[in-house]
Amino acid sequence: MPAAADAVAAVKGGWPGVTDRASLDHPAINVPASDLLAVLRSLRDDHGFDMLADVSGVDWSVGVSPRFTVVYHVFSTARHDYVRVAADCADGASPEVPSATGLWPGADWHEREAYDMFGIRFAGHPDLRRILMWDEYPHFPLRKDFPLAGIETELPDADVVAETRTGAIAAPMMGGPFVAAPGQINLTEAEPRAKDESWSERRPKPGA
Amino acid sequence: MVSANTELTYDSKIEGDIVVTRLDSAVNWIRSNSMWPMPMGLACCAIELMATGASRFDIARFGAEVMRFSPKQSDVMIVAGTVTYKMSSALRRIYDQMAEPKWVIAMGACASTGGMYRSYAVLQGVDRIVPVDVYVSGCPPRPEALLDALILLQKKVKKEPSFSKLFSA
Repeated sequence: MPAAADAVAAVKGGWPGVTDRASLDHPAINVPASDLLAVLRSLRDDHGFDMLADVSGVDWSVGVSPRFTVVYHVFSTARHDYVRVAADCADGASPEVPSATGLWPGADWHEREAYDMFGIRFAGHPDLRRILMWDEYPHFPLRKDFPLAGIETELPDADVVAETRTGAIAAPMMGGPFVAAPGQINLTEAEPRAKDESWSERRPKPGA
Repeated sequence: MVSANTELTYDSKIEGDIVVTRLDSAVNWIRSNSMWPMPMGLACCAIELMATGASRFDIARFGAEVMRFSPKQSDVMIVAGTVTYKMSSALRRIYDQMAEPKWVIAMGACASTGGMYRSYAVLQGVDRIVPVDVYVSGCPPRPEALLDALILLQKKVKKEPSFSKLFSA
């Protein structure tokens, strides 16, 4: 059985668009979205990476091109080794990559989550709906241009809204966001707390 | 000198088989000593809620051990955990299905205010969608804190004009 590095070398030989990707742990490759499914299939069938451990998205921020990247981790259950496969989405405005559900049925919910959080569409996905937020939610919360506190939005159930007159609000930050202090020996000091307590919802931020 | 407390309360030898009281307090006595919870366990607070129900803390001492998983049979909804916006309308529907009279305990920081989840996905306090009677602080609260909330709620129920309300409503 070849090691993960050999599998990566073989894939790079087979698809000239595949390049090395900086990585601190497992071998990693950048793959053009057009070759993505073929590369994943080869890793699965020819190199024994039979388990899709994770599908996740990255937003490199507004104005960066390519803006979105989809990252796959494939795992070999025989050799206990990972390969990381990353595919950039060509279009930052409507990001899209082919769906891996044909190769691993387990990709279904991973891709739905990536769609829910980042708005990355997976072409060929059998049921690309939101998985965490409600279906009518208009935003993609893990995008860089989405505020941590959220955006005021109506809740989906009209009868409950009519009765309670409430909706999703921008969460009160009260001087937050609340950040832990890593590396702090004193655990009380390391507790998550607002770093800037000079302002809150009642006392506006000075100079803002 | 210690006297048996039977002499201080109802004594059938003296009073015969008659108890004199107000109907309000009789009804409230019944209500407050058999508050069946609707365990709305949504996060880690539910673990403490389970501990409250188990033998060490034994919520049965206060007549609230009958956790009803049907809202139609329960009196007090214990919202134990983080309420997401997606869950909030389901929670409101369950509350709507509970028969009157009904009460709500917001257990823990998340149910009371959204807690540490100042985020796009979490309801910032369950009192935004249902009326809350008792808030319990803690993350999560210890079972003693929940029992304290239950006792507070019992005190509140005992002061309600329960019978007269039947006719005014």
